[in-house]
Amino acid sequence: MEQNYPRFTQEMKSTHTILIPNMLPLHFSMLAAALECEGYKVEVLGNCGSQVAQLGLKYVHNDTCYPALLVIGQFLDALQSGKYDLEHTALLITQTGGGCRASNYIHLLRKALQRAGYGNVPVASLNFSGLEKNSGFQMTLPLLKKCLAAIFYGDLIMALRNQTSPYETTKGQAKQLAEQWVNTICGWFHQNKGTSGKEMKQTFHKIAQDFAAIPVKRVPKVKVGVVGEIYVKYSPLGNNNLEEFLASQDCEVNMPGLMGFVEYCISNMGDTIRIYGGNVAGIWGSEALLKYLDGFERSMGEAMRQAGFHAPARFLDLRKMADGIISRGNKMGEGWLLTAEMVELVTGGYENIVCAQPFGCLPNHICGKGMISRIRAIYPNANITPIDYDPSATPVNQENRIKLMISVGKERLLEQANSPAPSSVQEPVAKLETKVESLPGIH
Amino acid sequence: MRVGLDIGSTTIKCVVLNEQDQVIYDTYERHGSHITQKAQELLQRLAKEQLNGKPAYLAISGSAGMGLADGCGVPFVQEVFATRVAAKRLAPQADVVIELGGEDAKILFLSGGTEVRMNGSCAGGTGAFIDQMATLLKMSPEELNQAAANAHKTYTIASRCGVFAKSDIQPLINQGAAAGDIAASIYQAVVNQTIAGLAQGRPIQGNVLYLGGPLTFNSVLRKSFDETLELTGVCPEHSLHFVAMGAAFYADKEMDLEQVAHAIEKIDLSADYTSQPPLFEKQQEYEEFHARHLKASVPCVPFGSDCGPVHIGVDAGSTTVKVAVIDDNANLLFTDYQPNLGNPLPLVRQVLMQLYQEHPNLKVASLTSTGYGEELIKEAFRGDNGVVETVAHFTAARHFLPDVDFIIDIGGQDMKCFKIEDGAISDIFLNEACSSGCGSFLQTFAQALGYDVKEFAALGLFADKPVDLGSRCTVFMNSSVKQAQKDGASIQNISAGLSISVVKNAIYKVIRAASPEELGRRIVVQGGTFYNEAVLRAFEKEMGVEVVRPDIAGLMGAFGAALHGKALAKQGQTSTMLSAKELQEFTQEIKNVQCNSCTNHCQLTINTFAGGRKLISGNRCEKPVSGKTAQSDLNMYAYKQELLASYKAGPAVRGTIGIPMCLNMYELLPFWHAFFTNLGFAVVTSPVSTRAMYIKGQASIPSDTVCFPAKLAHGHIRALADMGVTTIFYPCMSYNLDEQMGDNHYNCPVVAYYPEVLAVNCPELEGKTFINEYVGLHRPRDFKKKMHEILSRHFDGIKKSEVERAADLGYAEYNAHMQKLRDKADEMMQQAREQGKRIIVLAGRPYHVDPEVNHGIDALLCRHGAAVLTEDSVAHYSEKVQTTVLNQWTYHSRLYAAAKYCTTQPDMDLVQLVSFGCGVDAITTDETKEILHAGGKLYTQLKIDEITNLGAVNIRLRSLFAALDEKDRKGE
Repeated sequence: MEQNYPRFTQEMKSTHTILIPNMLPLHFSMLAAALECEGYKVEVLGNCGSQVAQLGLKYVHNDTCYPALLVIGQFLDALQSGKYDLEHTALLITQTGGGCRASNYIHLLRKALQRAGYGNVPVASLNFSGLEKNSGFQMTLPLLKKCLAAIFYGDLIMALRNQTSPYETTKGQAKQLAEQWVNTICGWFHQNKGTSGKEMKQTFHKIAQDFAAIPVKRVPKVKVGVVGEIYVKYSPLGNNNLEEFLASQDCEVNMPGLMGFVEYCISNMGDTIRIYGGNVAGIWGSEALLKYLDGFERSMGEAMRQAGFHAPARFLDLRKMADGIISRGNKMGEGWLLTAEMVELVTGGYENIVCAQPFGCLPNHICGKGMISRIRAIYPNANITPIDYDPSATPVNQENRIKLMISVGKERLLEQANSPAPSSVQEPVAKLETKVESLPGIH
Repeated sequence: MRVGLDIGSTTIKCVVLNEQDQVIYDTYERHGSHITQKAQELLQRLAKEQLNGKPAYLAISGSAGMGLADGCGVPFVQEVFATRVAAKRLAPQADVVIELGGEDAKILFLSGGTEVRMNGSCAGGTGAFIDQMATLLKMSPEELNQAAANAHKTYTIASRCGVFAKSDIQPLINQGAAAGDIAASIYQAVVNQTIAGLAQGRPIQGNVLYLGGPLTFNSVLRKSFDETLELTGVCPEHSLHFVAMGAAFYADKEMDLEQVAHAIEKIDLSADYTSQPPLFEKQQEYEEFHARHLKASVPCVPFGSDCGPVHIGVDAGSTTVKVAVIDDNANLLFTDYQPNLGNPLPLVRQVLMQLYQEHPNLKVASLTSTGYGEELIKEAFRGDNGVVETVAHFTAARHFLPDVDFIIDIGGQDMKCFKIEDGAISDIFLNEACSSGCGSFLQTFAQALGYDVKEFAALGLFADKPVDLGSRCTVFMNSSVKQAQKDGASIQNISAGLSISVVKNAIYKVIRAASPEELGRRIVVQGGTFYNEAVLRAFEKEMGVEVVRPDIAGLMGAFGAALHGKALAKQGQTSTMLSAKELQEFTQEIKNVQCNSCTNHCQLTINTFAGGRKLISGNRCEKPVSGKTAQSDLNMYAYKQELLASYKAGPAVRGTIGIPMCLNMYELLPFWHAFFTNLGFAVVTSPVSTRAMYIKGQASIPSDTVCFPAKLAHGHIRALADMGVTTIFYPCMSYNLDEQMGDNHYNCPVVAYYPEVLAVNCPELEGKTFINEYVGLHRPRDFKKKMHEILSRHFDGIKKSEVERAADLGYAEYNAHMQKLRDKADEMMQQAREQGKRIIVLAGRPYHVDPEVNHGIDALLCRHGAAVLTEDSVAHYSEKVQTTVLNQWTYHSRLYAAAKYCTTQPDMDLVQLVSFGCGVDAITTDETKEILHAGGKLYTQLKIDEITNLGAVNIRLRSLFAALDEKDRKGE
């Protein structure tokens, strides 16, 4: 079938409002601010409700993954709302370019728009794989820098908030502080501040200290990690407010950050060449990028530890954690990263894990559900429950399964409290503390 | 005193323990979804009769107890956890607990690393499943168990989902298989489902406890578990109450039960669910609607004095048998509609005899049968014609609305929709893998909630806030209803919600329409389900159009069959139908045998009728019927199987390499065989897939929603291990070969990485060398280098030059193999054209060649007189196709190219095979359809899974051929 759909042109930058589906509320506010600085008019969608999924079901093949149904449903719902001038509205969607169905979301969106009578609304692709080159939406260096900063800040604030809020003596303080910091950073972006390496490293410390200042009462709680297909892992719309539910069950939640996924994509570029052959310079390039990002990660981790928080493993360590379980060649969807994150969580004290995926998610058959038995064999403490999400899966069934996982976690907590020996967290099998000098490339 | 309450999906259970933890009171009752009410009553009763007003330690468990417990401040215990608490106390010696509940199935491993497993989002293989199946067999659950006790054999039934099982059981019923055998097969299916779905590779050994309703009440189910697990499990005392007892043990708060009951009363559960607009705003609206639909009626007249000539139409459907008798002017003389009690023949015989009796001079001009039992009726009563049900329905609909452009028929468990263009069926939608929202579904629900189906449906008409239940599978619907009940939805609103979801399912799931305009404006709705005015109204509302519902909506198949017979009848024709005397003497004998003519070992059902006439069914090929072999067929699938089977093991100079014949190996075997043979390895392959092989491997499948071809891989690994192979080669491949037909050349995630899953989950691989490294055949030069590195890790002394040579030979063999397919396609096309045969491209993936995956659909097409080609043998005729989706998978690029090529060939059509759970096909099917439609072709999709109902496939294919014939006639 011929491709003929409106493109997002350079001119539209000044005339059109770009709608963005929400995935991670904290991060996306800052990403939106980053885009605004570049002169784009953007709005992160907040519409939810059953009509979103219903519209998705109506206009997208029902066996398509749930995130596609939701994201497209959310767009259509917004377009139908009458809030936007349809002549001057554009949509932005991410495209990973991998072998998973997700690379096709943009095409499904365009098909759906056509069928729903919004065929004239342009769609821009946000990707790093060189797809859709003729789009007027272009990544520039300043924008890229702000995006990276937004993700780092977002990951840090999310982690600190999650480690603080279950224990705070006055409820709501951590949440408020998180919002406050997001606003501050958005303001900085508009003044072209806050994105230099030096500023960021200083800010990491400030943020961590601020959270550390919140009065808390640390009592043992069930610590739950969340991994999964990226959209249902993060998006409250996709996972029936999983984070909120876990909080209501008196758990501490750990959602590994978004930067891990970005680095995973970068790392895969090098690995693809390593595995299948190609220009070695590509490996050097991707590894150099990872080295660059590792600098930020390390100072972020330091800031967290200094303020008395648990810091997640650096990506360079993280990517070793799946060794012996799954190969780094497994790069579709969340691929080996998902497996590695489970190991990182288990060995980081978050042995109770929700592995979230859309019903029938192809990559997760392998890197999620497929790897659980091996993780359990190596780390017997691992208490992992896979949860499927789809338009009609009822929260009651999902919650029941999660409650089972929490019960087991609670029981262990009690056992540990009653046993004289201090509780031991299993160490990762892989050798860690990766030296950046060990990475391939020119030194 | 301790009290434990277990509120499950269908029952409420309770125990009271005394100070010595002895059970002094227990109950087990169905709650009919009146959860709060029942719980309240129960607590009050306990407070009075058992506790004499004293407080007790109380905790609540069970899937339906969650919200309730939160609402009244009683501690809640997750039910699997409660079982564990109870098992640890009451049966410390137990190693494994298997517990089946209403909608849950659980396995608890207690010894050697405690683990709890519980079914995912699928409720197949649970109590609800057994209940549904019992309903289908018109038995109570107890009768089902009794029947199964006398079984002689078991059939293969899918239990993954009640829907699939139904489609397996229905043909068995129609073929007259013994009820006991079917019942036993149902239990066996539950056993397979539990083990496959929950054990996930962990062996079930030692002392096994059976808990929960289904295992307590069904002795045969326990026996099936014992036999399959090769052990003797125990169903302990209080097996129904383990969860409740666990809750009682767990309880750590003393409470006054009266007060709790009081608190429950106060819980406001209302208005807490998503609702949709009511079906009718006002009574007047309903009356207008009702009056409008009364108009579409067919004239009913009494039999004329000369009693004929009449045309009889019989529609032997899945759940009902319908008969219509019309005169030469298409007036309706007689109708009959009754439930199909398994065997339609006695019912039809009764009706025909009644006709002869009441009208001794009856002149029958034709007898035409349709539906599932079409052949059976035709053979048994010597009918004149059989007609595929889609055509029968179209014929009838046209009678009411000559320019009808869309027909939707919702029957007992099937849904048929067809689009009509230029007076012929241009597109057919059947619900193949899913019967959600069909009539029998509504019926099952009505019964589960304690209502008659008519009464139940009528309840919904004036519901104020119909529940929004979504549009998914029956099983999910169960949980949605459960949730809605918990949220306080009234029975009226649930009924309306179910009716609306039937419609949504039809429109968005089966037909996949976005707007009514897409379907047409002149719509006839039919099938028994549309007698339900709530469904009818919901359909009109959802579509935004007024439709025609004939007053004989449920008889349209029979009416259409009669009309069809009338149209075919010559002037003054007398039917070949059995005479009154022959009917009187009619006998039917049913025998089940296994055909041993080939490796398929089809289960044949042989019906022998009075006079020695026979009907053989259940066969995959013509051989048991006509003795003919399939040799002369033009079948590319058979040719591919032959080619693959010709790769035999060479000498084992360096050793032996085993290759599992699964997924992409169906295409790459020629490459790897040549490659390794040349390196001096004997290459042995796993044998041809069988059902038994699948079952043997199923315990290690970690994800029960992955596609069947992937699941089969576990059986192949097991088979190789059983063959004593110690080195198995099955590489991961992100990329496929680049045929320059798409924007990229990926494999789908499952094909690319399934070896990873096998490596981690198959216990047979322990101690063996499993080479599952990542290789890239798309870069030949790099491949040689990388492959040399990989092999050097596993073997000594393989030189790089050897690998290079072997790889060259591998590529050569692969190319030669693909060329053979293309040459054969040319040859077959030529032969087909000489013989005037239709050419069908049965498009799928290379692994659809596996007979266990395609279920013999290729042979079925040949039996219909078509030549069968594959997508990879014709794709090269087309250029790279411009798609609206990202064309990035090699296999799928071929699919698009093959579709494009079909549009250029008048005698060539495409049928797409889609494996259930194939996420990629959610994208390719729509695209393929668009390519075909743009080229003026029909699009046919067949969803296949572990088990496939060939009956439904057959209807689909016959309808396709009928439509193609009609198209050809129009074209001439």
